[in-house]
Amino acid sequence: MIMNPNPSTDSTQGLGLEVRDLRKSFGTQTVLNGVSFQVKPGEIFVVMGPSGSGKSVLLRHLMGLEPADAGEILIDGQDIEDSPRDANGRRLHRIAMVFQSGALLNSLNLAENVGLYLREHRLKSEKEINEVVLEKLKLVGLEGAEDKLPSELSGGMRKRAAIARALVMDPQLILYDEPTSELDPLSAKVISQEIQEMNRRIGATSVVVSHDRDMAFRIADQIAILYQGDIVALGGPEEVKKCDHPVIQEFLNA
Amino acid sequence: MFKSIGEALVLLWNVIRALPSLWRQRSKALDQLFEIGNGSLLMAGILSIFIGGVLALQTGPVMAERGLSGAIGGLVGLSMCKELGPVMMAILISGRIGSAMSAEIGSMRVYQEIDALRAMDIDPVHYLVMPRIVAISIALPFLVVFAILVGWVGGAMVAASNPQIDVSFTVYFHNLRDVVEFSDVLNGIFKSFIFAMVIGLVCCHQGLQTIGGPRGVGRTVTKAVVNSIVMILILDYFLTRILLTFE
Repeated sequence: MIMNPNPSTDSTQGLGLEVRDLRKSFGTQTVLNGVSFQVKPGEIFVVMGPSGSGKSVLLRHLMGLEPADAGEILIDGQDIEDSPRDANGRRLHRIAMVFQSGALLNSLNLAENVGLYLREHRLKSEKEINEVVLEKLKLVGLEGAEDKLPSELSGGMRKRAAIARALVMDPQLILYDEPTSELDPLSAKVISQEIQEMNRRIGATSVVVSHDRDMAFRIADQIAILYQGDIVALGGPEEVKKCDHPVIQEFLNA
Repeated sequence: MFKSIGEALVLLWNVIRALPSLWRQRSKALDQLFEIGNGSLLMAGILSIFIGGVLALQTGPVMAERGLSGAIGGLVGLSMCKELGPVMMAILISGRIGSAMSAEIGSMRVYQEIDALRAMDIDPVHYLVMPRIVAISIALPFLVVFAILVGWVGGAMVAASNPQIDVSFTVYFHNLRDVVEFSDVLNGIFKSFIFAMVIGLVCCHQGLQTIGGPRGVGRTVTKAVVNSIVMILILDYFLTRILLTFE
């Protein structure tokens, strides 16, 4: 349904990601308790775990939206705090995030939302921006919806629009926060296919936070299971399935 | 409270640092300017005409009893310039525009739109806060000049139509011209500029600090408007003290 039969010729170089002993507490509540993992360039890394296990907080750290109490996040071997930036403050490592709610700006229409990054950083002329916006919207099956406001879109359409907005950045690393939550099974399947297809097409590294076991085992190169701020399992889908840790078995068989 | 004031001052510094990008954000600043200025004009006019009117109504008969009715133009003129114009307009704008600013930014924060901006390396201070503060700092002084003029007319209408006062337009405005100097109008404009900065800063800062969903947005709006009005009234006293030393 979403896929464009004529994929874009976009190609990029995915970024490697390494998280070392990441710790975060809010008051007395420890949310991340020394999380460490490595993601190779171009991989799809899925983080699963029960609600409140720290998945979204981890993702916010990877995006640089939350300061860590301790530990390091290395993007292509470089600390995220010292990410190289251009004169306008734009990171040279292109990292995009697809938020759980889409987080489209409600005051802008779809085309304006998708073109926001290019327009604000003046990366292309207005004509080129319009072309890119139309191309990305077509890619996620939203052609013809350019003038709609986010409030006029369904949950699935908002998620796809958020993916289009992320793709406009030509990202080397894409972070997805619960991309299939609140979606019907068909839309969830389509979105997970979309993530896999994007990864294949543009070669970007993807980190996906999700509750969706079906999606995780279908698309992941590596899966981490986060429980009470710790990673209790880490490996390929088959390895994680075979893991006999009681929490994992309970989570996977629930 | 001191933490909030400190954070608002840091925000002010960031807004000043963002000013060079004003030209790039001009369309947003112009939209805000239109919303604040044009959208508030009618309300400002109604409020001012009645403020000028009630001022003449309260003071006129007392002055007339003492044979001072000829001085009513100057009294209304000065009061509108130095106090009532800037303070009442600032209170009106905090209620009408400050609440909208804090609600809009607060909602954007709650619904992760501000995080989305940050994720795109778009600084919310450049994109959201600076255009609003620039717009309100331009619009409020203009609204105050408008309010002063309308307030004078309101006072004149009451002075002329009330038999207990019975001061003609000519006498009223003649006295007003004798008493009110250009520096008095500048005094009001200066105060309104400072008030505008305070409203913009307090409301944007509160918006950016919002947590906790729709209820949080409601709390933010209340806090933003109440804090703005309190700050305006406190600052008004100190600004008046300072400005009096220059007279």
